[in-house]
Amino acid sequence: MEQILLGALSLGLLWSVMTIGVYITFRILSIADMTVEGTITLGAAVTARVISLGASPWLGLALSILAGMLAGLITGLLHTKLGIPALLSGILTMIALFSINLRVMTKANISLLRMDTVYTPLMSLGLNKTWAVIALGAMCAALVIGLLYWFFGTEVGSAIRATGANPNMVRAQGIHTDTTLILGLMISNALVGISGSLIAQSQNYADLQMGTGSIVIGLASMIIGEVLFGKRNFFLRFLSMVLGAITYRIIIALVLKMGMPSDDLKLFTAITVVFALSLPKIKGLINGRLRPRKGGM
Amino acid sequence: MLRVQNLTKVFNHNTVNERVALDNVSLTLDAGDFVTVIGGNGAGKSTLLNCVAGLYPPDAGSIFIDDANVTRLPEYKRAAYLGRVFQDPMMGTAADMNIEENLALAYRRGRPRGLRWGITAPERVLYRQMLETLDLGLETRMQSKVGLLSGGQRQALTLLMATLHKPRLLLLDEHTAALDPKTAKKVLELSDRFIQDGNLTTMMVTHNMRDAIRHGNRLIMMSGGSIAVDVSGEEKARLTVEDLLKMFEQARGTEEEIPDRMILG
Repeated sequence: MEQILLGALSLGLLWSVMTIGVYITFRILSIADMTVEGTITLGAAVTARVISLGASPWLGLALSILAGMLAGLITGLLHTKLGIPALLSGILTMIALFSINLRVMTKANISLLRMDTVYTPLMSLGLNKTWAVIALGAMCAALVIGLLYWFFGTEVGSAIRATGANPNMVRAQGIHTDTTLILGLMISNALVGISGSLIAQSQNYADLQMGTGSIVIGLASMIIGEVLFGKRNFFLRFLSMVLGAITYRIIIALVLKMGMPSDDLKLFTAITVVFALSLPKIKGLINGRLRPRKGGM
Repeated sequence: MLRVQNLTKVFNHNTVNERVALDNVSLTLDAGDFVTVIGGNGAGKSTLLNCVAGLYPPDAGSIFIDDANVTRLPEYKRAAYLGRVFQDPMMGTAADMNIEENLALAYRRGRPRGLRWGITAPERVLYRQMLETLDLGLETRMQSKVGLLSGGQRQALTLLMATLHKPRLLLLDEHTAALDPKTAKKVLELSDRFIQDGNLTTMMVTHNMRDAIRHGNRLIMMSGGSIAVDVSGEEKARLTVEDLLKMFEQARGTEEEIPDRMILG
């Protein structure tokens, strides 16, 4: 049981950075960015290729971040400059990335077994793989939260936040909303790229299909984080994304342990998200039925 | 201060729905002018304002602010010259952000934004002082989300944001139309005070004849995409609703109905 929980903790931490990325587009920019599905694989693919060529895993991580930003840039340009709806822009980039990822990897999967990863230095200090992943994942999540907390307090960061809330007002205050949207998408996808890189290195392989369904995992984690851990100030919101990602993994680990076939995992996740997103509506229905209306009939 | 020359704007060009919203309109505002713009639906008053604000480019003609040709300048660049308050109280502020964050966004209008902190301590002192002048108690709620404010409070805040730095031109787009009469009166009084104190060049679109007569030093009535009546100074000061109706009929003939809400509003 302990092993299962530790495994869930490590996976949750790796996916938490990506969850923060999903939060930035979905909640701050008010865009459902499908690019994520391709970007997470892109991050994994770039890192795996770099490592398999014998270069430093840190270089792989750095290039994954850049690749993620580039993916976000493409989606942003499609949406703002060419006027393609945000959802479709993300889908187009995602589909295009499928081919790009294959080109980057040159084959459907790359094994990283017995190669140096970013976890190797920690493991050489005596940590086992799970703890090494937990330590590095936690450091990474902390660093990301710190940086984002600072960034979204700056002038540019405030402008990005306002863009999602009210683009009309933002333009009236002299801010180019195209620029802020593109910046937000780049930051979000950079974070997703980081997750992809860290995940590939922890599972010792990159696979062309590994991004499929990741947006739903991100959304599920995000909503769990919001519901369970509140959304008071900005710092706590980012932290709740991390806690949400971990909780999601614990829930998944538990239902698998209780005997749910792993083939049903995506169905289970999708239903969770449907339920969570429709919660306000369901609440309203229940309240409307059960409570007598004011001045009622 | 503002010079509009032969401005024409046609919507749905070359379709059955083609509509000439502005027909060769020319207008010059001097520094300190406060012009009220009135007219029925489709008269072109909002189109004129939106063209000046840069929401869409005109089909012909040009717009100068302070001798700078802004005709082709996109909305976000033109914002440096302008302070704007919208008809919809939701439009002028970001509901998800708190009062001081909204003010800080407006405070940086027309200035480059970088990685400096989005709001500074001296600014907070300034915002508190300015909010006090609104007399709405907002100075004690600077950390509250703007979404929690009433429509009137949001319009007052938007007005403050529009004039935080003296704009070359203040554009008020039926900014009291969505408010109840009492709140509308208050926001209008507040607007008057800001405009007088700052000697702001102002263009206020309204559908209410009485408001148009009571405020400003110049009145323009638009009809069918052009300016039908233009009075200022002494003549404007003595103007009554009846005079205005007569002038409108003389300018346009009687074939055009005057919308009830202009008279009754």
